[in-house]
Amino acid sequence: MAEAEGQQHPLGIYYKIWILLFVLSAFSYAVDYFDVQGALRWTLVIIFMFLKAGFIVAIFMHAVWERLALILTILGPPSVLLLLIAFMAVEGNYTEELRFDYMGHDRDAVALTPAELHGEEGGHGGEEAH
Amino acid sequence: MSEATASHEGITGLVDDWSADKQAYHVPWGKAMMWIFLVSDTFIFSCFLVGYLNVRMTTTEPWPPQSEIFALSFGGDPIPLILIAIMTFILITSSGTMALAVNYGYRKDKVRTFWLICATAAFGASFVGMQAFEWTKLIVDEGVRPWGNPFGAPQFGSVFFMVTGFHGLHVSAGVIYLLWVAFRVKRGYYDNKGFEIVEIAGLYWHFVDLVWVFIFAFFYLL
Repeated sequence: MAEAEGQQHPLGIYYKIWILLFVLSAFSYAVDYFDVQGALRWTLVIIFMFLKAGFIVAIFMHAVWERLALILTILGPPSVLLLLIAFMAVEGNYTEELRFDYMGHDRDAVALTPAELHGEEGGHGGEEAH
Repeated sequence: MSEATASHEGITGLVDDWSADKQAYHVPWGKAMMWIFLVSDTFIFSCFLVGYLNVRMTTTEPWPPQSEIFALSFGGDPIPLILIAIMTFILITSSGTMALAVNYGYRKDKVRTFWLICATAAFGASFVGMQAFEWTKLIVDEGVRPWGNPFGAPQFGSVFFMVTGFHGLHVSAGVIYLLWVAFRVKRGYYDNKGFEIVEIAGLYWHFVDLVWVFIFAFFYLL
């Protein structure tokens, strides 16, 4: 049928996407390396992530050249996951607030870093390391 | 649907109904099956990642600082997240060599296809090796366990071992699968059958890379 002889495309497009994926990964890593925090960090990381995922599925996995029936089979069912993510985010937020408000959990607790741990033994860290 | 085409009853009828002359996907059946498997695998990884989202939101203990925990020092100051960045680049490189292997496969260039698949498998194996190193460092040096760790929320360890472990298992299975396909290509097994199998194996491999894109963003960066 339309794709009887398989997916054949010029090599150039693979090289271009390959380089693009490297650049996008470098950008993602730069976000962490330069310690970008807050809303900007989330925005950048998620944009780079979706661009990378999109190019892998579209070009490397040849999805753009497939027929609509197959594309919808691939993208349709997983799109329902957005609903699950939304539900679990609302639920998770609610649970966390309950724990802060009614169970006396500390809202301002700060995690320990490896540097702090290896600097001073014992303390909070010692009790859980088996 | 009231056409009088249903002739048999029972099991024979069931088989008739499902094997009627209908085709939804105009691709080789192996490729359609691989896509359906990958969609189901998407749900497995989504369960892990959505579970991680919920656990990360509900835990009131502070989340351990991934950037510093996964830092690595090459003599000087620790470079944040460097090992994970290298692993990411290795996986992307392997995706590129796999895409080229698929292309050369359809050109029936068996030598190039064989070596490109072998290169892909080698990158995959080195990825698993680095993951083993990372796990060892976290378990032995940092005392991270699935039930607790010295930094903060104990769920960090559960999510880490579950998600990266399951992904590493996929990479390991992929390496074996790729080598199997590579040697069959070399021996001329697909000369008459066609080289769709390289594309099908490639789909699996790109999917493994795709999952890593999400793990890298959600677990390591955010």
